[in-house]
Amino acid sequence: MKKVYINSIASISPQKTYDNSMFLDKITDYNDTVIFAVDPDYKQYIPPAAARRMAKGIKMGVVASKIAMDEAGIETVDAIITGTGMGCMIDSEKFVSAIIDNNEQYLTPTSFIQSTHNTVAGQIALGMECKAYNFTYVHSAISFESALLDAKMQLENDEAEHILVGGVEELGDHTTKVHRVVNHIKPEPVTISTVLNSKTEGAVFSEGANFFVVSNEKQESCYAELVAVETFNTLPKEKVSETIESFLIENNVKVEDIDVVVFGNNGDVDFDTYYNQLSESNFSNIQQIFYKHLVGENNTVSAFGVWLGSKILKTQTIPKIIKINEIKIPEIKTVLCYNQYRGQNHSLVLLKKC
Amino acid sequence: MGKGVAITGMGIISAIGNNVTENYDALINCRKGISRVENIETVQRDEIMVGEIKFTNDELIAKLNLPPENNYSRTAMLGAIAAKEAIANAGITDIKKYKTGIVSGTSVGGMDMTEKYYYKYLTEKTPQKYIESHHAGDSTQKIAEQLGIEESLVTTISTACSSAANAIMLGARLIKSGKLDRVLVGGADCLSKFTINGFKTLMILSDTYNTPFDENRKGLNLGEAAAFLVLESDEVVKAENKRILAYVKGYGNANDAFHQTASSDNGDGATLAMEKALKVADLKASDIDYINAHGTATGNNDLSEGRAILRVFGEDLPEFSSTKAFTGHTLAAAGAIEAVYSVLALQNNVIFPNLNFKTPMKEFSMIPQTELKEKELNTVLSNSLGFGGNCSTVIFSKEA
Repeated sequence: MKKVYINSIASISPQKTYDNSMFLDKITDYNDTVIFAVDPDYKQYIPPAAARRMAKGIKMGVVASKIAMDEAGIETVDAIITGTGMGCMIDSEKFVSAIIDNNEQYLTPTSFIQSTHNTVAGQIALGMECKAYNFTYVHSAISFESALLDAKMQLENDEAEHILVGGVEELGDHTTKVHRVVNHIKPEPVTISTVLNSKTEGAVFSEGANFFVVSNEKQESCYAELVAVETFNTLPKEKVSETIESFLIENNVKVEDIDVVVFGNNGDVDFDTYYNQLSESNFSNIQQIFYKHLVGENNTVSAFGVWLGSKILKTQTIPKIIKINEIKIPEIKTVLCYNQYRGQNHSLVLLKKC
Repeated sequence: MGKGVAITGMGIISAIGNNVTENYDALINCRKGISRVENIETVQRDEIMVGEIKFTNDELIAKLNLPPENNYSRTAMLGAIAAKEAIANAGITDIKKYKTGIVSGTSVGGMDMTEKYYYKYLTEKTPQKYIESHHAGDSTQKIAEQLGIEESLVTTISTACSSAANAIMLGARLIKSGKLDRVLVGGADCLSKFTINGFKTLMILSDTYNTPFDENRKGLNLGEAAAFLVLESDEVVKAENKRILAYVKGYGNANDAFHQTASSDNGDGATLAMEKALKVADLKASDIDYINAHGTATGNNDLSEGRAILRVFGEDLPEFSSTKAFTGHTLAAAGAIEAVYSVLALQNNVIFPNLNFKTPMKEFSMIPQTELKEKELNTVLSNSLGFGGNCSTVIFSKEA
């Protein structure tokens, strides 16, 4: 079985992360319950006429994929695999509301065409003229991890050499309103420094795109080795710790070998306990980091966790703003990412220095 | 390469039957399930024909014995019914005995409830329970819940009309790589105003019975359905002395990279998908005994797919047919529906007819099999092609 490497990364998020030469050098604070992605200069990557027809999610996905491809220095890939929990919300909302508002009359196909979940992967393929394997996973908070697992299996078995993997999510106005009604969104505006201790229900909703080129050959640009990915549709709180332990054993890693653990805390008082119990026990002596205070919560934001892990392994630095505790580490060799959303769809991703 | 993955159970609900036996009976008796839509209030009612499952949501709730406060979308309920039949058919009584996962395909997901309560969500309390059922993965989570699959790999694929074929493909790879011992693969999609109106705006809905591969085809009939197959590892098959229905022998996925919704004139993506599937199966085109075509009866699909089939099979073209005239186009579920039909074809050595065909297309001389035909079958190739250029082929075989 071949090893799998993350050879390039790209992130468009509510922080200015699309420039790979920087690493959270300048933080954008907010005081809100919903935060939007910071736009790169789309014109640089997409002809303006084409960009006008694209909803934000498509644009973010296409541009993040181009940044990742450029950094990997390759023109094409053997597979394009994306994850998106909610899909193309903007066009879906447009089409549903048009159906209702006009009683199924005077509809045009554009928003319907662009509403399907595989639009982003399809547009990336079109742009690259890439006829290779093309998949889209749509399973809530593990959409990205499903894509990553698929890529990893193909690379290990040498069915592919380079695969573009990414997660993308866009905010839709109506969907945001609707999620507010059921308290999935925080009731009061919070800031980067207050979100984790807000003691209220819900999360700060957000959007973004995180793409990676993963390969079974290590390139100069290599960020990390992707050692393992595992997902769980359910996992009772009291079993998280033992599940992580057996995941590590399966991959011949001991808890004390972990240098950095990346948690998906989002400040939801009802669900952060999944992470807090680990912070206080198994991982109390390990450097813990978090990121959702910077980039909010969405179904594929865990890809940002993998982005962080990769960046930390390559640069051997951990920005202060993402540290939960302070542990001295001589060399960062192993990173574990753990995420779940509302107690369901848990994921574990294990990365090593390459 | 070349070694197949065992299929040990299957389940289905479609417009032509509520289980595998009923579907088979309709197929061999040429009984199509195309009618006017009854369960959805739509102004398009008299302009379209659909492949509708006649149970109301309340009847489905009763069938599944769900509590009144449940928040199952119709997609989830159809999926759960088919999945339960598949598990029972595979003789599985203890779901936790082996590492079991689910890979499902859907495109509609919970859109049926979203379009019903879109604005009401903001003002009325009662329907708000469905807000969380909107996202595509919810239907799969619900199916897992119905089957008692916990703490496992449960995921969802949405690649438009090729979703379920891709679910079968991933499932086969998960078994081959040892990630799972057992996996339920398939798909579910219900009818919705969203898809009815979407396809209407694309002007590819027929106002009468769909006629795959016919020169005068007028478009597709939308359908709703769910189907699942149980795939099991060789170890489980051996340990449990399992009856094997057929094998997933090969699979291929490619992107047409031509247009967001239309297929390329020469069917590049479909050609690549079929070629890859043959390669994985280690078979030649001439080894295929029957092609269950995607054949949606749209102008674009049948021409593009037909050309692709000719490119791959040339002179060795075996019998082919599309079963969409029976069921309508069941979108993300289609690949699973037709997987069940492909396995039934292998088990019974029959080729199901391509109904409603009269006039050959002028672009080529391909004539589908229009009557039920008995033939010794060892391999069946099934195509699923979708928006976004997604093209998939799965090959099923009698022997591993």
